[in-house]
Amino acid sequence: MDKVYPDAHAALAGLLRDGMTIMSGGFGLCGIPEALISAIRDSGVGGLTVVSNNAGIDGAGLGLLLETRQIRKMISSYVGENKLFADLYLSGELELEFNPQGTLAERIRAGGAGIPAFFTKTGVGTLIAEGKETREFDGERYVMERGLLADLAIVHAWKADREGNLVYRKTARNFNPVMATAAKVTVAEAENVVGSGAIDPDHIHTPGIFVKRIVRCQPYEKRIEQRTVRKRSN
Amino acid sequence: MAWSRDDMARRAAAELEDGFYVNLGIGIPTLVSNFIPSGITVQLQSENGMLGMGPFPFEGEEDADLINAGKQTITELPTTSYFDSAQSFGMIRGGHVDLSILGAMQVAENGDLANWMIPGRMVKGMGGAMDLVAGVKRVVVLMEHTARGEPKLLHRCTLPLTGQGVVDLVITDLGVFTIGREGMTLIELAPAITLEEIRQKTEASFTMRAALG
Repeated sequence: MDKVYPDAHAALAGLLRDGMTIMSGGFGLCGIPEALISAIRDSGVGGLTVVSNNAGIDGAGLGLLLETRQIRKMISSYVGENKLFADLYLSGELELEFNPQGTLAERIRAGGAGIPAFFTKTGVGTLIAEGKETREFDGERYVMERGLLADLAIVHAWKADREGNLVYRKTARNFNPVMATAAKVTVAEAENVVGSGAIDPDHIHTPGIFVKRIVRCQPYEKRIEQRTVRKRSN
Repeated sequence: MAWSRDDMARRAAAELEDGFYVNLGIGIPTLVSNFIPSGITVQLQSENGMLGMGPFPFEGEEDADLINAGKQTITELPTTSYFDSAQSFGMIRGGHVDLSILGAMQVAENGDLANWMIPGRMVKGMGGAMDLVAGVKRVVVLMEHTARGEPKLLHRCTLPLTGQGVVDLVITDLGVFTIGREGMTLIELAPAITLEEIRQKTEASFTMRAALG
């Protein structure tokens, strides 16, 4: 069975339908599956619920799917970098569910690991806990959060082999490995696709069992949101 | 004279201990990394998935795959490790991070913290703040004492909370307060700031460390 597809459109063929839930990896614009997002935009699929820590920026990342109004609802922890997002939300065109970042990550991890719910102290006594079950363990209060699953996860890796084993690079790892575990189908784009055996098995971050389809993403310029540098002292 | 932002960051850096793992929030807390006392080592945690955060890169050496939680380009150190978001917040929620230094809109005398939302305005989200204040062993708030002349140290927060009873220490441009079971205690005053002035600019009830009186 060959998991490698010739391009992003082919890698998503037959997987997209209106109203589905999609997890999309990345933190800010770092480690986002840009090629797969573009292919989802081109497909015209709509009414999407998208689980992603952020919502891209105007003109990049998930910002592309906001421009075309393909997203109905976002589940995120921080959406501050996107003006269109604010406009759509304030006009009622877009639904938004905020999750604390760690709760979001753990909901996804739990979903992928077959755990339907867990208790956390994050958000106890805040708006986030409203309407949720709370319970005391060892004298401390915890709130129950549900595991999260999606129909499709799209992730960005640095390297993939033909079996779907993935390696991420630096902080571009972020949400990608947990999302890869928590969907019915996971499609990975990778900057490099290598032959089986070319990745040291000890260095694999995501085992191939979690990845159904792989596509090599064409070289593109990765965007930097906040370019911060220091001066060389002469 | 009130403390400058650098003075506040320097004071916060005095809370660091050798071997600490520390998470610094965006804004004034980021400046703390410029004042790490000599002779101690601390590892900075960035909640997007990195321990051992290095300084900003030299121009031309920026790497789009290497950013901090403020989405700024940074560098790695010989001690650096990377991990995914679930493990990152596992170490935060699990109490493995020693110290979190962050900004605030309001702090109450019982340690409640509000720093993520103003109702009626576009809300950007809490990011990792709720997880940090709930999980990190010690939480230090670094903020201006007032906002547009209004006190930020209150009896009760009026804004939606980030965490309940989570703040251990507050450093403002006017002084330093501890918060514990016995309530809020003023332990330091900025140079030439009088007790009268700080009382006037603080709504929260507080006691004073004896040496200050």
